[in-house]
Amino acid sequence: MSGIRFTLNGVAVDVKDQPPTRTFLDWLREDRGLKGTKEGCNEGDCGACTVMLSDQRGTRAVNACILFLPQLHGKAVHTVEGLKAVDGTLHPVQTAMVNEHGSQCGFCTPGFVMSMATGHLNGVTDHDTHLAGNLCRCTGYAPIIRAAEAAAAEPVPAWLAEQVDASTLNGLAEDAPDGVALPRSSDELAAWYMANPDGRLIAGATDVGLWVTKQLRELGPVAFLSGVDDMRGIEVTEDAIHIGAVTTIAELMPAIAPHFPGFAAMLRRYGSAQVRAAATLGGNIANGSPIGDSPPTLIALGATLYLRKGGDRRALPLEEFFLDYGKQDRAPGEFVEAVSIPRQPDRLKCYKLSKRFDQDISAVLGCFNVSVSDGMVTEARIAFGGMAGTPKRATAVESALFGQPWTEGTIHKAMAVFTQDFSPMSDMRASSDYRLEAAQNLLLRYFLEDQGLATDVLEVVA
Amino acid sequence: MSLVHKPLPHDAAPLHVTGEARYVDDIPTPTGTLHLAFGLSEIAHGEIVAMDLGAVKTAPGVVAVLTGDDIGHADCSPSNNDEPLLALGTVHYVGQPVFLVIADSHLNARKAARLGKISYAEKPAILTVDEALAANERFEEGPRIWERGSPADAIASAAHVIEGRLEMGGQEHFYLEGQAALVSPQEGGDMHVVSSTQHPTEIQHKVAHALHLPMNAVRVETRRMGGGFGGKESQGNHLAVACALAARLTGKPCKMRYDRDDDMVVTGKRHDFRIDYKVGVDENGLIQGVDFIHYTRAGWSMDLTLPVADRAMLHADNAYWLPNIRIESHRLRTNMCSATAYRGFGGPQGLLGIERVMDHVAHELGLDPVELRKRNFYRASEPARSGAGTGKRFSAEHSPKQPEQSGVQTTPYGQPVEDFILHEMLARLEQTSDYAARKQAVAAWNAANPVLKKGLALTPVKFGISFTLTHLNQAGALVHVYQDGSIHLNHGGTEMGQGLFQKLAQVAASAFGVGMDAVKITATDTAKVPNTSATAASSGSDLNGMAVKAACDTIRDRIAEHLAERHQTSADKVVFAEGRVQVGGEDLSFAEAAMSAYQARVSLSSTGYYATPKLAWDRVKGEGRPFYYFAYGACCAEVVIDTLTGENRILRVDILHDAGASLNPALDRGQVEGGFVQGAGWLTTEELVWDAKGRLRTHAPSTYKIPACGDRPRQFNVELWTGANPEDTIHKSKAVGEPPFMHGIAVLMALSDAVAACGDGSDYVALDAPATPERILAAVKRQRGGYV
Repeated sequence: MSGIRFTLNGVAVDVKDQPPTRTFLDWLREDRGLKGTKEGCNEGDCGACTVMLSDQRGTRAVNACILFLPQLHGKAVHTVEGLKAVDGTLHPVQTAMVNEHGSQCGFCTPGFVMSMATGHLNGVTDHDTHLAGNLCRCTGYAPIIRAAEAAAAEPVPAWLAEQVDASTLNGLAEDAPDGVALPRSSDELAAWYMANPDGRLIAGATDVGLWVTKQLRELGPVAFLSGVDDMRGIEVTEDAIHIGAVTTIAELMPAIAPHFPGFAAMLRRYGSAQVRAAATLGGNIANGSPIGDSPPTLIALGATLYLRKGGDRRALPLEEFFLDYGKQDRAPGEFVEAVSIPRQPDRLKCYKLSKRFDQDISAVLGCFNVSVSDGMVTEARIAFGGMAGTPKRATAVESALFGQPWTEGTIHKAMAVFTQDFSPMSDMRASSDYRLEAAQNLLLRYFLEDQGLATDVLEVVA
Repeated sequence: MSLVHKPLPHDAAPLHVTGEARYVDDIPTPTGTLHLAFGLSEIAHGEIVAMDLGAVKTAPGVVAVLTGDDIGHADCSPSNNDEPLLALGTVHYVGQPVFLVIADSHLNARKAARLGKISYAEKPAILTVDEALAANERFEEGPRIWERGSPADAIASAAHVIEGRLEMGGQEHFYLEGQAALVSPQEGGDMHVVSSTQHPTEIQHKVAHALHLPMNAVRVETRRMGGGFGGKESQGNHLAVACALAARLTGKPCKMRYDRDDDMVVTGKRHDFRIDYKVGVDENGLIQGVDFIHYTRAGWSMDLTLPVADRAMLHADNAYWLPNIRIESHRLRTNMCSATAYRGFGGPQGLLGIERVMDHVAHELGLDPVELRKRNFYRASEPARSGAGTGKRFSAEHSPKQPEQSGVQTTPYGQPVEDFILHEMLARLEQTSDYAARKQAVAAWNAANPVLKKGLALTPVKFGISFTLTHLNQAGALVHVYQDGSIHLNHGGTEMGQGLFQKLAQVAASAFGVGMDAVKITATDTAKVPNTSATAASSGSDLNGMAVKAACDTIRDRIAEHLAERHQTSADKVVFAEGRVQVGGEDLSFAEAAMSAYQARVSLSSTGYYATPKLAWDRVKGEGRPFYYFAYGACCAEVVIDTLTGENRILRVDILHDAGASLNPALDRGQVEGGFVQGAGWLTTEELVWDAKGRLRTHAPSTYKIPACGDRPRQFNVELWTGANPEDTIHKSKAVGEPPFMHGIAVLMALSDAVAACGDGSDYVALDAPATPERILAAVKRQRGGYV
């Protein structure tokens, strides 16, 4: 009998007889007695449970609280207990955290050091971005950043480099674990889903994880997509950029940056490093959330969605997938296989509004893609998140721009027709009035930025 | 060389970074330990008509289910016995515990707790300040009112009269470790409690009360908390009492920890405030009279609201001389979670009131806000007096709120401000922050940028140090020296990350002249030091430090007496330093000295005790000396806003903070940096949203946004003021837990300044808190006459 196989702090383990939605965090703390990894929020927002995950695709930090055991199959995991050397020598980030006074209450610290050690291993220098998914309530972060900077010059411990080397994982995942659906190809997935049309597909589990940890839902039959490698990756052709559905946001970010830097800049603020390492583009679309950040961006770029059911495939403009709040154009057994973006000159800007810059859910996401030729608007694709029950195009606004001179006067006329496109709701993130007004102003920002005015607070220094 | 004043790392830092530091939920428990979860009220106010708990009782793993009918009034209140553990017939807020599930696992307990079916006869809920005022739902018989001088006349005859209203939100503590307790039944019905609490004695008291046991049958231990910030002063009572009741019922160890969402829904938060103000100033901006009305939503039970609201009143002056003042304080009962202690304990709210007044007056008079603040500062103190016995003994009877005593100005409640150092501190901060030049640079930058606007502000802090409930200003310690020279340190303070244990270990090591490795820091334990006060009010090191020093000095003096006698010399000739003891030409190791004393039958164990001197306070009259001394500081903040969206950034912050002769400058700097960011969070991104049904909509970190890494200031300069405390505190240090929190106020004022740059100067910005992008955009719009 074969179980879920992975290495834990360098030692192979084989986990059997666990419910497929048992979280790695609960298993670590309750079954293994490894209490160093903490539960802070149990929803992937605080990073206290951060662990290091390695496989053929590299090493990344992920949240153990919304990581299901089958997602570990064939991978190497390190927890804080496995970060110091066998002889007790601390990892450079641990030493630096002590020396720089980077811990006070200490509860967030194991998660921080695991994120920092992952960043250290990968040569990350943008610590603010890399550590945005680790919350600390005591220190104000300054000493933690000082520690990350101090550790950067130190080499990665040789033993750790060896343990995260993917070649040590060869053969570990050859057998699928018994009783767990872990398809290895789009075909296998299609077959499983035809047989289990009411089943649940789990890719990164950054949303479905909360159904389990917060809503305490029983999910019924589930399939884990982490092994469907033919649905992963980005292919750039002359005409289009094809993105497989299980491509993670972290993988998408650098790949899309040369083509649409505004897309990549928005993705920097999508969740946190831990979330981006797990969350997939397909999941963000299939989930149907009105506040997912990738759909409005993709709609503004004129993306096509590819769906598959059994052996049947179909394609449709992405905006047509979102029918209504919580309702998508997806049949039972049908799944998102890929997305493609037509190649085009880059005119895209994405503006994400939230109470906090990093690791927050959008109150409003405005994505603008307006082409101008000889001073006239020749094409306008504008889409918003957070403004309706679905990600939605601003068709009236687009019409007000199309064929008009690219002037502030046109912009103000177009701002006036936002009410035809949207009547947003009020909730804990923002009021209806703010959403509408800010959305209008984002069009103005897009224009003013195009005119060369300073409009981004993130670029200002004292 | 003395170890006090050294920047040593936190004692547990090596344990933190390796994950070896143990919190309540990390402690290995015996097989059979049971786990608890509450079923919660789903409405804000009503009578429970029926409870169907059948599905709860038959859910997998459930051992027992308890209701209010089963346990009666097991009280969890820290003040007036108005908080039954489980609702007794009436529910008062969404999230109030109604029934208790005891199960074989945390997850099973949580799952079962969702299965209760409760029917209610719903009643109207009081949710807003106005609703509470209309219904006269309040704590105490009416508003608390303190007055000095003739504020009404002074305002009426002033050259300028300015009125306004300020709203400020509450704040979720968001300690990273949620509330947790573990109770193990002992022989004879005794209980051993491990609790994540700032107040072990209160836990002991409430558990003993609920089980009808004397306090000596309950022992409470706390090694550390994963953050407290005031949120674990009273809010841990419920978990410990629930576990104790369940442990008695089942005979098994019982553990309870809240899931984060439950924690945020069930437990109290910082009090939100509305402050109405009316102020009269002369031509130079000097305040002639001021009238404040404070309104705070206390939630459903009293908890610590009275002292919180008192402290808000006590900080209505901040650093300013207010000869004529009236403060009216309404403590309103609402159908919400019961607001509780939070770092600053009302002080930040009161202080923000007068800082808003300063900002508003500066705008009306066209004065630089810093210049205006300096003009209104308390008079500079005379050069620091030294030596014991020179402090003026305050007596309310003889000096009822006189504005001056022997040339020293007094606070509105009549305490002489004898140690005022803000004139010097502000001068230094203005220089190091380059305030004047940057003020001009910001104006120039704003003139060149139509979309983005910068703002700059510099605000001071004066914060009173002592519990205002005077009897709490006491502490005890217990120190043992073993025959091998190793030292066991215990005291009444708790460790929540602030580094208290390390500071006190430094005090102990210094007293014995030994290295840090000789001192073992041990968990707070009601069986070692009884009758402790909460580690709160920034008092931890002041109170416990003196108690530790007293205990250590007693033992050291005994060793000295013994060695002096052996060497035919006097005890004061015995020198303890560098781990050695020198006496009469002999040089012993500390261990040899300890062994010698032991063999001579000298006691090497002692308690230490301390009670803060000079305090006398009448909270009803609002008269006396509630504070031993004041801690000071100032902060200069520069921000930028986007006038199209209200998005903003903190660009640079310079803080100068007074920690007296710091016991540990590294740990104190940590308090200043962390306190500032937490204070800035309170006033910017941290927004608590309740809906019309009284449901908290921001009950998880996905919706409630504390500052993240990138929210700290781009440039963040922190300096400690080097002056010693003129009062006789532990090694002349000052308390540092709460005062730096209020440096965050500079950020709100800087945002206000940036918004002001959008208008023509005719209308005051009146930016409320938290200044979310939405509030900032609305303020920009007001400045621009409704047009963006």
